[in-house]
Amino acid sequence: MLSGQLNPQEFPVGESFSSLRRIRQWSRLREAVINRLLFACALVSIFTTIGIVVMLVAQTVGFFSKVSPLEFFTGTKWTPLFQPQHFGVLPLVGGTLLTAGIAILIALPIGLASAVYLSEYARDKVRRVVKPSLEILAGIPTVVYGYFALTFVTPVLRNVFPNMIVFNALSAGLVMGVMIIPMVSSLSEDAMVAVPRSLRDAAYGLGATRLEVATRVVMPAAVSGIVAACILALSRAVGETMIVAIAAGSTPKLTLNPLESIQTMTAYIVQISLGETPHGTVEYYTIFAVGLLLFIMTLLMNLFSQWFVRRYREKY
Amino acid sequence: MKNSAVFQQNLKVRHIKERVHRTLMSLATLTGIIVLTLLLIDVLKDGAGWLDWQFITSYPSRKPAEAGLLSALFGTLWIMVLTALFSLPIGIGTAIYLEEYAPDNRLQRLIQTNINNLAGVPSIVYGLLGLSLFVQALAMGRSILAGALTLTLMSLPVIIIAAQEAIRSVPEGHRLGAFALGATRWQVVRNIVLPQALPGILTGTILAMSRAIGEAAPMIAISALVYLTFIPISPLDRFTVLPIQIFNWVSRPQEDFQHLAAAGIIVLLIVLLSMNAIAIILRNRYQKRTEE
Repeated sequence: MLSGQLNPQEFPVGESFSSLRRIRQWSRLREAVINRLLFACALVSIFTTIGIVVMLVAQTVGFFSKVSPLEFFTGTKWTPLFQPQHFGVLPLVGGTLLTAGIAILIALPIGLASAVYLSEYARDKVRRVVKPSLEILAGIPTVVYGYFALTFVTPVLRNVFPNMIVFNALSAGLVMGVMIIPMVSSLSEDAMVAVPRSLRDAAYGLGATRLEVATRVVMPAAVSGIVAACILALSRAVGETMIVAIAAGSTPKLTLNPLESIQTMTAYIVQISLGETPHGTVEYYTIFAVGLLLFIMTLLMNLFSQWFVRRYREKY
Repeated sequence: MKNSAVFQQNLKVRHIKERVHRTLMSLATLTGIIVLTLLLIDVLKDGAGWLDWQFITSYPSRKPAEAGLLSALFGTLWIMVLTALFSLPIGIGTAIYLEEYAPDNRLQRLIQTNINNLAGVPSIVYGLLGLSLFVQALAMGRSILAGALTLTLMSLPVIIIAAQEAIRSVPEGHRLGAFALGATRWQVVRNIVLPQALPGILTGTILAMSRAIGEAAPMIAISALVYLTFIPISPLDRFTVLPIQIFNWVSRPQEDFQHLAAAGIIVLLIVLLSMNAIAIILRNRYQKRTEE
């Protein structure tokens, strides 16, 4: 656009002007190509989502052509691997919610307490030791947590509950709780640190103790972030796979007793995947139906937490 | 006077509450570290005795004493290299597009929201995507390539978000200065933004990669539980990775296999820790440079 406005006669050296123009054209072409290339990169993520939805839905349609949706959503027996086959998904959903519930019961109080400690009490020195070690905790592969649940937590718990089954919901849930502590703690700490200092100072000025400031001023002000953190952690626990596949068992059962062996949705998918079930059988389709349900559950939780932050954020 | 006595009494209770809660909260903060220590001790105690050269250089075997993880180690290396090759350019490209190129419109917001949601999708769902898309529909079979592409899709959202943060930390003034000198957008990105953001991008992406390497669930969906006694030499070969091999050993009832699993975990943790160490070294070098 610039070259169009300039008159070549004004330049004493016509030669170099035309070369400048060539450079300009070349660079405009390059800019356009690079822009398209980068845009194509960004499209990969859109296609990933489309791919997930299309693949899961297509195979689930295949599944529902053989099994009625009514049985899938309301049946209380899940025995696709032996006769008579039953395809009621509720036991898997129940097992998932049981382990995730135990995990949240552990992670919520501990994660919140440590967030309050790190944001309101801890000196810089303590923080600089604690935060990286929480990062390490968050970076441990889940198969390692599974090993820990099975070979350490379960034997310890069996001393307390002698009639507990080796593969049980309790140890898997407990270890999963520890796994999501860093998530609860660092996300809620971020929310608390964002609360302006002036609010705290006002409360101190009225004679409040540190605890009163933390629980009555900082936490209410940060509540949107804290709730969002908990929902994200719950969604993570629902989708967690290896801990439950290793330590929680493989007997789908609708129970609230954490000492029993159960099976989660994710662990079922792993169990079928291990066997290289032939493509096209009902058993093969079941993992996609279960996977789609899992995808929808976690997606709803993630969207809800985003909506919650937007809706209830306090702005200062 | 009576009021003041009540106040004093109350104050004492409030201070006691304060002290009790403070102790409880510091204990809660320590929980993570305590469990981490217990976990490491448990693994080392079970596995250290089984970790030797023979373990590293042998194939899996039915006899625990002869078993090793050579094929899994090579599988993990293959997957790591290929995943990095695919996911780094695409991830960094997306981050550059979103931060430097994309107009602030609905499409840009859609892509951003989509990436945030993809980051929350359970890893096993990516496994199912890879199984039906790469293994079945694109007929790659249960190959290294299918596994690496699956892990690429899984790690992309995390890599993009990390790279975006690094790019966002480059001061706006530097960009404006370069634009004022007549630089094109790509010249600004190449010569101003990327050099400053690169260490941050690398740190974030290495951490994301180390998470991906430790994932077992999506890899099981792609590769199933194979018993491999060869080193994969082409991307279309079948494969196994360390987390799968560890899972395989953990799920056997015999105690010797539990020890093998612990030894395998030590190797996996060493691989991951060295990746983390590289990331931390990069971060420190970067911080030093900006302080100067």
